[in-house]
Amino acid sequence: MQPIHLHGIDYTILLAYVAFVIGIGWTLARYMKTSSDFLTSARSIPTWVTGLAFISANLGALELVGMAASGAKYGISTAHFYWVGAIPAMIFLAVFMMPFYYGSKARSVPEYLKMRFDERVRALNAVAFAVMTIFTSGISMDALAKLLTNLLPWQFAYNLGAVHLGSYDVYLCICSGVVLIYVLKGGLTSAIYTEVLQFFMIVLGFAPVVYLGLKDVGGWGAMNHSLQAVAVNPSALNLKDAGISYAPNAWTSAWQPVLAGSEHNPMGVDWFAIVFGLGFVLSFGYWCTNFLVVQRAMAAKNMTAARNTPLVAAVPKMFFPFLVIVPGMIAIALMSNPDKNYRIPPPIVSQETYAKAVDAVKSASTANAAAAVQSVGDALGKKVAADKIVSLVAANATGKLTDDQIKQGLYNSIAENDYNSVILSLVKKYCPPGLLGLALTALLASFMSGMAGNVTAFNTVFTYDLYQAYFAPGKSDHHYFVTGKVITVVGIVLSIFAAYFASRYNNCMDIIQLVFGFVNAPLFATFLLGMFWKRTTGTGAFIGLFGGIGSSALFHALTLAQGNVPGVKGGYLRVLQVFPSEMAQNFWLAAFAFTVCLTLTLVISLATKSQKTDADLKGLVYSLTPKIVDNNAPWHQRPAVVGIVLLIVCVILNFIFW
Amino acid sequence: MGLDIRWPIGLMFSLIGVLLTGDGVLNHTRSTVQVAGTAVNINLIWGVVLLVFGIAMLFGAMGGKKNPPSA
Repeated sequence: MQPIHLHGIDYTILLAYVAFVIGIGWTLARYMKTSSDFLTSARSIPTWVTGLAFISANLGALELVGMAASGAKYGISTAHFYWVGAIPAMIFLAVFMMPFYYGSKARSVPEYLKMRFDERVRALNAVAFAVMTIFTSGISMDALAKLLTNLLPWQFAYNLGAVHLGSYDVYLCICSGVVLIYVLKGGLTSAIYTEVLQFFMIVLGFAPVVYLGLKDVGGWGAMNHSLQAVAVNPSALNLKDAGISYAPNAWTSAWQPVLAGSEHNPMGVDWFAIVFGLGFVLSFGYWCTNFLVVQRAMAAKNMTAARNTPLVAAVPKMFFPFLVIVPGMIAIALMSNPDKNYRIPPPIVSQETYAKAVDAVKSASTANAAAAVQSVGDALGKKVAADKIVSLVAANATGKLTDDQIKQGLYNSIAENDYNSVILSLVKKYCPPGLLGLALTALLASFMSGMAGNVTAFNTVFTYDLYQAYFAPGKSDHHYFVTGKVITVVGIVLSIFAAYFASRYNNCMDIIQLVFGFVNAPLFATFLLGMFWKRTTGTGAFIGLFGGIGSSALFHALTLAQGNVPGVKGGYLRVLQVFPSEMAQNFWLAAFAFTVCLTLTLVISLATKSQKTDADLKGLVYSLTPKIVDNNAPWHQRPAVVGIVLLIVCVILNFIFW
Repeated sequence: MGLDIRWPIGLMFSLIGVLLTGDGVLNHTRSTVQVAGTAVNINLIWGVVLLVFGIAMLFGAMGGKKNPPSA
């Protein structure tokens, strides 16, 4: 990645943002008097703010980068992650589950589990969640520090005794320091407020990129036309291996390629995996049980505001594909048109490697094309387009190109795409100074709020569900208030360690994320039975959850995605089933784990005696909780009505992009 | 919770709006991008959009004083 040349106006925007978030923390500090103010915002935030924070907590930079990448790799089908994989679950949370979360007065999701089941289920959920938030926060900060090291012109190198501090370390510490200041000052409210600020930064920072990109490719119709040509021969742009061909609508229709079967769409998934695996298990498991997002709704000022929070969030969420997925599609359309002189950047190649490859081009002979391609490809260490290498060698032989010209030729001949660079490459292409500062600040904002969101969820769960529950029960509120602050500092420090861990041991990080996938996959079954079947027992839930986690691991050990070798990617015990893609493997894994957890919890609950009476479960289980009557409220404040309207709009969107 | 978030949002986007609009007017060439053969002074256009958004937020915050949204 080439450093981006920033101007004064870009730095001003960047610094203004940092000043504003610190200012927000400073202003809120005077209102932080109790542990509840600090850790749960004292349930005082208006709906539109919690709604936007709810969506923003999920709209991290990794999502922004990842969705544009998927838009390029899979086209509009990526919108399933929104229209199937988010909206229905968000509506379900608002209408059916929020009354229990908010009404039970639980301060966290693990605490709800303790009220509904017992300490074992709480402890399992709290520990897994606390560890997960730290690693997620670390991954976010690692990506940010790497991005800044690559983009900003200032490079640092300090030697403090035996410790050497480079640019990565300095950027990591500065960004973590900013997050620490505003979270320590303003607690959860600070995190929520900056998430709202980040929401507008992202929408207003990236909308012009989409506008200019669409205009450049000739509008929506022309973009689709280009993508239809790409779908027939995706190997021309190195999107797939040679010989693979799809129907022309593979990148432009969301459902038809999926309904045609897993081999007919670039995602390699079938409709059942999308609807059950993604749309039901993964989606409901994330949106309805993950404390990071649910915490935003729990901070709302009253029950109606809490229930409306996911509904407010669903409105922008429904239209996000146009902001985050369409850039990937624009990139493919641009790349398919040689006049646009654009390519998705190839994977990063070091300057030393380029220098070796330049030498290989210079010493290659035009007489033996195959040997020339082989030697240059070996020097680069990447898959290369043979025709481009041959013409580069020929051009150099006839005209003696400069090293820079050869390097540019090599860059263009790498036959691999680094899809995660799509969004940044479009920002560089379309944003002049000023707008560039805005877009980069939006990216920085979402990385930092990713850390803040995770740390504020971590400090609440750690303070209330681990520290207060097991280490120091019955202390004064001031004690927990101070503890919450100390844990915030600890959370940030642990996140920095996690960032280093992520930067050093990429493979370990993959394994950790995999393990969290195992832990989360069956979770929704526990909540579903717990909330809607009063007979569910603590033992049933606990063993069911363990069984679900175990079955995820077993499923992974026995299955593999096409093209992967047995190991971290699965199939290390034996390969019983090969899926067309990793995505299909993940969706089916989730569906399997959910079914195992559901069945085990059901059977064991029937075989064990509940320790809770009906009175204990009032407010925690659907059948024992008085229904909320909101017939007198205007229609737009009734979650069920708004939910149905949103669902209809979502169905219409699915049909428009059928 | 004391602070109406519309104040910082309004102030920040008004500031960025002024910066971009100013840049669009003063540095016309630098602010203009060529897309599909058309010159678009995107800093000017987007600066005005951000300014309008920022001012709308500030008006909302001023109105909200009488009727606090974070009651």
